[in-house]
Amino acid sequence: MNEPQQKWTETIGANHSLFDLKLKEVWKYKDLVYMFVKRDFISSFKQTILGPIWFFINPILTTIVYLVIFGRIAKLPTDGAPPLLFYLAGVTLWNYFSASLLATSSTFTGNAGIFGKVYFPRLVTPLSIVISNLMRFGVQFILFILAWAYYYYKGEAHPNIWILATPFLIFLMALFALGVGMIFSSLTTKYKDLAMLLGFGVSLYMYATPVIYPASSLPGFFKKLAYYNPLTGIFECFKYAWIGVGDFSPAMLGISTIIILILLMIGIVVFNKVEKTFMDTV
Amino acid sequence: MLALKAENISKQYRLGQVGTGTLSHDLNRFWYKIRGKEDPYLKIGETNDRTTKGDSEYVWSLRDIDFEIEKGDAVGIIGRNGAGKSTLLKVLSKVTKPTTGKIYTNGRIASLLEVGTGFHPEMTGRENVFLNGAILGMTRKEIKRKFDEIVDFSGVERYIDTPVKRYSSGMYVRLAFAVAAHLESEILIVDEVLAVGDADFQKKCLGKMNDVTKGEGRTILFVSHNMTAIKELCSSGILLHQGQLTYSGGILDTIAEYQKSSEKQSIYLHEGPLETALGNENIKILEFSVKPTKGQFLDIESGIKILLRFYNFKENINIDTTFELRTYEEAVVFHTGAPITTQNDSQKKEYVVEFEIPPHLLNTGNYYFKLMFGEDQRIPLFVANEIIGFEVENVKMGKNINVLPGIIRPDFNYIVK
Repeated sequence: MNEPQQKWTETIGANHSLFDLKLKEVWKYKDLVYMFVKRDFISSFKQTILGPIWFFINPILTTIVYLVIFGRIAKLPTDGAPPLLFYLAGVTLWNYFSASLLATSSTFTGNAGIFGKVYFPRLVTPLSIVISNLMRFGVQFILFILAWAYYYYKGEAHPNIWILATPFLIFLMALFALGVGMIFSSLTTKYKDLAMLLGFGVSLYMYATPVIYPASSLPGFFKKLAYYNPLTGIFECFKYAWIGVGDFSPAMLGISTIIILILLMIGIVVFNKVEKTFMDTV
Repeated sequence: MLALKAENISKQYRLGQVGTGTLSHDLNRFWYKIRGKEDPYLKIGETNDRTTKGDSEYVWSLRDIDFEIEKGDAVGIIGRNGAGKSTLLKVLSKVTKPTTGKIYTNGRIASLLEVGTGFHPEMTGRENVFLNGAILGMTRKEIKRKFDEIVDFSGVERYIDTPVKRYSSGMYVRLAFAVAAHLESEILIVDEVLAVGDADFQKKCLGKMNDVTKGEGRTILFVSHNMTAIKELCSSGILLHQGQLTYSGGILDTIAEYQKSSEKQSIYLHEGPLETALGNENIKILEFSVKPTKGQFLDIESGIKILLRFYNFKENINIDTTFELRTYEEAVVFHTGAPITTQNDSQKKEYVVEFEIPPHLLNTGNYYFKLMFGEDQRIPLFVANEIIGFEVENVKMGKNINVLPGIIRPDFNYIVK
């Protein structure tokens, strides 16, 4: 028979290369990312009276509590920065990181219903989570700017050129949450124990990160150790840029970037490996 | 030109509690892998026969499936519950990967294993159309272009800006199917989704699917227990039995083969030692048979005599048996039973239960029995799926030799004045 040459557009097989990341496919599904972000937004505020105002209430109350406990009672130093601004900066950044990390880490277990019924590149889900949290962060960041403007006017905040690095800092933090979140979400499909670990791990991690204290207040050995925490560079850079306090050097940011990129790569590879079989174990 | 080709597809599942002993199996697998050996757990595993309890923790839900599908074909996938149909669809739609084998496809695949995947109750119909469309792989542009058509097909135009949690279940399904029906993929995989909605809407869906295959020349894989729908829609068929492909060919031949294979023996009779009989530590079934009450053949007029003989091991409780009769389209005809003991006085011995299905009750067709043994009509002691099947032959009615529709065919006392 004179049949036209058979061609295949896709092969589904048992074995895949570890580095076949299908990022192109994710790009094809960018509209889905948009829809997921929209869904997250709509679903958080339907039938609430205050709506997005809740975004403000959370950091305000948290900051006040920190102000009382860490500032007044424990009397932790803030490197001479106005304590309210100092805590607000920490809380705003930390909220974004922890919310993104916790949400991405339950990607597989939380979406098993959808994942079991239809295929789309699974990477879309953690991406959309990080982006929708970015919106939340944006709103909270406005609150920070308002407070900052007040202190700037009073002459207590001393910004510098590093302010321009802010988007990069946020981006780095998003990648970090994404990378670690993906690693955890992949492992929790089989070993649910890790979800427990992550739950309190994140709250402990806050104390290992200069959120409520400046890195400069750490004693020698811990200071060195803190430099290998990717968030240290980010938090210190942010506070240095906007308030003008802290122990910041570009090298810290360099270390952060390298560690985060490595974790992200590991995250994507593990995630891609798990996404093909997790339905059988979750 | 082929649209899809499956080579040696197998899928293994692990039974029981996933997570217990997972780490040790994983480490073992890893150890074999670094030594360049094959996965040790792939060698074990049994065919997927749910009625008997196997020894292995691993089971093959699909085993060495090979087939090819021509472009533009509508293929019906037939098989009993547990034959591996849904697993096959899952593998084809990339929800889970096969344990071994390869699938080659030519063109975009869209799968519809469920209607309304990802619908969010708080979002409006309009927003959900976009969300669901995007999940199924459409771009915003495509959805926008087809939006009016989708809404029109669903018939919920008036409610399109209302959150779907306020929808009736019918409206919900209509809207969800409408989105899926407007997918622009070369290959469409459809699981039993037509079983939802009212008859009118089902007809509309079938019509739409017909257009998709015949009019637009797209390839469809369709799973259903509704043979009428399959006959109408599909041109060829694949028959699965316990995870293996037992037949493929024209749709009518495939259905005939399916019905033939389901005419399992109408007698189960155990010979040999008690331990090897079908059952468990509570109950062993010794005999279960279906015979015509009068005459030689099981037909509409013969009546059906059922006999069950089993050995009971549990003493001093109330045991009972339940007989569930089903058609091969999975419709339950009845689900009734008899108490065996009522005074907490069951003994370790053989019991016999007999009953009769009167003549002129069941219509022509294939039926099978599911058998359940219970304690106090609540606690299951043993369940046997599809233990025996039988066919009721047609008896012509007057000059009409055709099979009449319906599951039952009672002979009422019609009074004509």
